[in-house]
Amino acid sequence: MKTNQPINQSTGSPITLLTNQLINQTLHLADTALILGQRNGEWCAHGPILEQDIAITNITLDLIGQARNFYQYAATLINASENKNETEDSLAYLRNEREFKNLLICELPNGDWAQTVLRQFLFSAYQELVLEKLKNSSNEQLAAIAAKSLKETQYHVKWSSEWVIRLGDGTTESRDRMIKAIDTLWMYTGEFFIPANYELTEVHLLKETWFQKVRSIFEEATLAVPENTFMQSGGKSGIHSEHLGFILAEMQILQRTYPGAEW
Amino acid sequence: MSIHDLEISFQNKIDSEIKIEPKDWMPEAYRKTNLRQISQHAHSEIVGMLPEGNWISRAPSLKRKAILIAKVQDEAGHGLYLYSAAETLGTSREQMVADLNSGKAKYSSIFNYPTLSWADMGAVGWLVDGAAILNQVMLCRTSYGPYARAMVRICKEESFHQRQGFETLLVLSKGTKEQRDMCQDAINRWWWPSLMMFGPKDSESTNSDQSMKWKIKRKTNDELRQQFIDMIAEQIKLLGMTLPDANLKWNAERKHYDFGEINWEEFWNVVKGNGPCNKQRLADRNKAHDEGAWVREAAMAYAAKRKNKTANKAA
Repeated sequence: MKTNQPINQSTGSPITLLTNQLINQTLHLADTALILGQRNGEWCAHGPILEQDIAITNITLDLIGQARNFYQYAATLINASENKNETEDSLAYLRNEREFKNLLICELPNGDWAQTVLRQFLFSAYQELVLEKLKNSSNEQLAAIAAKSLKETQYHVKWSSEWVIRLGDGTTESRDRMIKAIDTLWMYTGEFFIPANYELTEVHLLKETWFQKVRSIFEEATLAVPENTFMQSGGKSGIHSEHLGFILAEMQILQRTYPGAEW
Repeated sequence: MSIHDLEISFQNKIDSEIKIEPKDWMPEAYRKTNLRQISQHAHSEIVGMLPEGNWISRAPSLKRKAILIAKVQDEAGHGLYLYSAAETLGTSREQMVADLNSGKAKYSSIFNYPTLSWADMGAVGWLVDGAAILNQVMLCRTSYGPYARAMVRICKEESFHQRQGFETLLVLSKGTKEQRDMCQDAINRWWWPSLMMFGPKDSESTNSDQSMKWKIKRKTNDELRQQFIDMIAEQIKLLGMTLPDANLKWNAERKHYDFGEINWEEFWNVVKGNGPCNKQRLADRNKAHDEGAWVREAAMAYAAKRKNKTANKAA
């Protein structure tokens, strides 16, 4: 009988959907943190203010750290169920575009400072809600990583929302740039709330809370919330924008060029 | 007190190892020399972020990526303390940054060399930070208080960076043939420029005598350079690599390593702006500064609005 159900290579028995679901869920969280970290890292040494160069770099470090924790856990799960030898680095450096499950918004180019801080806000406000749910997950490992990441994410929300307010209610130019950033990014927020078949969190239930948070910050920033925007999706299931291929080409170059080398 | 008396009491303080503080009287030349040196040091930290930042997106493992990001971030932090220390001498950070961006102020020439492979992240940490540390350890005892205190903090982080750099190379030196070649190539390219970091020979250095007398410096360029060579010539044995100097040899009589002639023509060329990356580094700094102008303006405008609102509420 042919089936799409993955098979454990050593035992020949089908992998339970639950394990598979957990692996994909964990990879989705890891990929999302890594790709946004990779993008934010582009600011390092190029920030608009030295203190803010340090701040965005801090966030980058948090995201890379979160990605590492999730990848390490995913590797443990995969190795236990499929008799493989995955590591945090094989998962980050040796998978291709179609295997990455990050949210589309994370892979978009940084744009200007307005687009960067707005993306951080829209994403972190969502990630905070996801992590709060996962913190109470019956899976102890995921719950522990979520609890640790949540503290960092709460700071990311605070930092980025302050920038959204500052730029929205700053000068005419900063306001125009923020409006343009909303126009660019808003259509990538719908994907947050469309559940992928592996998601353990009922993400569609988070939409209202997220929206209220965004609306209150936009109000303080004197910015309008867009209405009736067509929403893009696909990242969660590995259908990406054209940007991801270039991100991976750059990020993975040494691991791909020198297979098997230790660094 | 006459100027002459002030100068005598100033030198007495220096001689009895009492730190000079921002509000103390100091000779104008002492102020200028410190300002030039501290701001130059701050600029070096900031420009130095660029060649290392160049490899963040391509770091070969997540652990190495995190270490590299943290390191570049440390450099930004060092830049901050040093700008603050320099500001105590009466020049604003904005002015210092403007002088850097216009090309008027200098920064360490070493950062005008390109980082061409991953091994350069190791070589920069081991050799460039290693050379910088010898200078900085000395500066922890420099006579100007704010500079000395900033250096104490910076030295702790820098010695950590140097160890990380060495460890990066150590892993490469035990790796595949390609990795070992990469490691040797990086050492070949960074060795001579790091020797140049100590500045011209004592016999050619214009600022040295007065700086020694004022205890801004406590060791000469040549003394520090020799100390560095002696240290690295030993450490490289652990890597199983070689330094690109046929004349490098232990001299039992001097109890120091002898070494070959530095290419001073190259040194002055890079100082004058003709290094491989001088234009690129300055262009990158200017781009970040110019593109950040609207962000800084918006932050100030918003802060002013907030202040008005609070004032109105209070009234």
